[in-house]
Amino acid sequence: MAELTYRQAVAAALAQEMARDDRVVVLGEDVASGGVFKTTAGLLDRFGPDRIWNTPISEQAIAGAAMGAAMAGLRPVAEIMFADFYATCWDQVANEIAKVRYMTGGQIGMPLVLRGANGSGGLGFGSQHGQSVENWAMCVPGLKIVSPSGPAEAFGLLAAAIRDDDPVLVFEHKALYGRKEEVPESEHVLPLGQARTVKAGGDITLVGLSITVGACLAAAAELAAEGIDAEVLDLRTLVPLDAAAVLASVRRTGRLVVAEENPGQLGWGAAIAALAAEEAFDDLTAPVARVSGGNVPLPVAASLEAEVDVSAARVAAAARAVVKHE
Amino acid sequence: MDLPDELELYRRMCFLRRFEERVDMLYRRGLVHGPAHLGLGQEAVAVGAAAVLGPGDFSLGTYRGHAHALARGAPPDAVLAELLGRQGGICQGKGGSMHITSVAHGYYGSYAIVGAHLPIACGLAWAAKIRRTGVVTMCFFGDGTTNIGAFHEAVNLAAVWRLPVVFVCENNWYMEYTPISEVIPVPLPAADRAGAYGLDRVIVDGNDVAAVRQVLGAAVAAARDGHGPALVEAQTYRLKGHSAADGAAYRPAEEVARWRERDPLVLARAGLVAAGVSVQALDDIDAQAKAGLADLAQQVLARPVPEPAGAWTDVWSDGSWQWRN
Repeated sequence: MAELTYRQAVAAALAQEMARDDRVVVLGEDVASGGVFKTTAGLLDRFGPDRIWNTPISEQAIAGAAMGAAMAGLRPVAEIMFADFYATCWDQVANEIAKVRYMTGGQIGMPLVLRGANGSGGLGFGSQHGQSVENWAMCVPGLKIVSPSGPAEAFGLLAAAIRDDDPVLVFEHKALYGRKEEVPESEHVLPLGQARTVKAGGDITLVGLSITVGACLAAAAELAAEGIDAEVLDLRTLVPLDAAAVLASVRRTGRLVVAEENPGQLGWGAAIAALAAEEAFDDLTAPVARVSGGNVPLPVAASLEAEVDVSAARVAAAARAVVKHE
Repeated sequence: MDLPDELELYRRMCFLRRFEERVDMLYRRGLVHGPAHLGLGQEAVAVGAAAVLGPGDFSLGTYRGHAHALARGAPPDAVLAELLGRQGGICQGKGGSMHITSVAHGYYGSYAIVGAHLPIACGLAWAAKIRRTGVVTMCFFGDGTTNIGAFHEAVNLAAVWRLPVVFVCENNWYMEYTPISEVIPVPLPAADRAGAYGLDRVIVDGNDVAAVRQVLGAAVAAARDGHGPALVEAQTYRLKGHSAADGAAYRPAEEVARWRERDPLVLARAGLVAAGVSVQALDDIDAQAKAGLADLAQQVLARPVPEPAGAWTDVWSDGSWQWRN
């Protein structure tokens, strides 16, 4: 075990996989210099310029080159610096990478990873650098979606994403990059599609992803003081989704709050709520509640940002309302 | 003129011409499911290019890609089955006309979002560079593509990384229904942009199969030798509309007539006759292609349609489609 920050865990997972498999190559803006979030620090020195490539500011070229390299047998990891920038290469991601295996009748495989900094978290990055956009990807069949909630998760899920034979989008959280925790030092690989019970509880299920897992845990602590025993689930991956874990928990607790940082108007929380309504209706003792990022572009001033971001207080309030439902 | 070789190029062009004419006929009878964009008149580019690519080289094309797949060796019955929605389609019925792909023949796909495949071609070439395989990637696209961002991002990246990729612009002078001259600020869509990326201005008569073979052969050799990418403008002409549904009434009759005189088959025949090949021999080659395709169409039309269960395979690498447990 070593204590690593989230950003160090990303770099360590990349290094582990690059050392293990010489088909793993990294490309992106400034990545050879360590990257603007320092998530690729040290890789150039260790692996040399054939394995880590600086690109121009050309997201279509980055995503497309990763796709072509994957077709030719490499396992590229491309950095899209801010997840908001997927908008500039969405054709490559949604129309090409996600669909090429299907459209060619299985002739072409797509073992690649696209990763970058997602989310708000109160850093003042605003509407074009602070969005949570994991829900964009969830509308597109053919993409796997990963979003780690802490350093150990970041390490293990990225390693699994790189080893996966399908395209995986890893949404790292920029507000978690400085978070530190113990991370297993070698061969730490977490399976995609397995949610984690972060805290067990019997009264209500709180489902989170990435930064909202922390909000759920903090809410659970508040609720515990009031005699409400909340269970907290970290989904870890949206696709494949561990629906069974959500349903099993909801069937036990009878109550569900979903906390998602992306805008709620069509956020992934709607899919989780639908799941409960469609498959656990008889076990629910109260309507499902959703806590989401605001349905507005993200403002910058801290007071405005706090108004629309997901917080432990908002999750706890939603949970109290659900528990009070007659 | 190396006669057996030139005759073979002619034979291949005849095959592509008659293949596309047959598709046009089938389309008009309502037998092609979805759109079809025909390469009629542009056969010399596909055939001349394929003649300079080795079996291990990669090529990629656009939604106007039947000819490029067939020229690399994709089985015609599988291509036709894909167009007609019959069993044995080269993409199992999941790609259709616009996405014909034959990886077994080095043809890494037809891409229907304009410009999307230029960055992908960079990636194929990048892998070849990293692994030092000596493989060259050739990427075909139309004149309209030179106005989309992906073109500029890809050509820039290829030049900066000195990738072994040959970009071939098939300038047929129309972006869909609009003359290309109306939407570019320079006379030539690709050649006049090459300088911005430090590349040579290379133009070839895209209707002269021997010229195409020569110019692309030089570009491929240079790329293979580590001299980086090329951007070649092959000037040609569509004999029909943008898609099989387009009558192309927007084109002046005299322009069409002028280009018909420069039809790649007409030019190839003139060269071969001048070199001593009999008109009868050339007619026989063409008649054979025509007859073979009539038979092929009958045979493919007689096949059953794909099993519906096929819609649920090939999303993920394990063959499944499920997004949740």
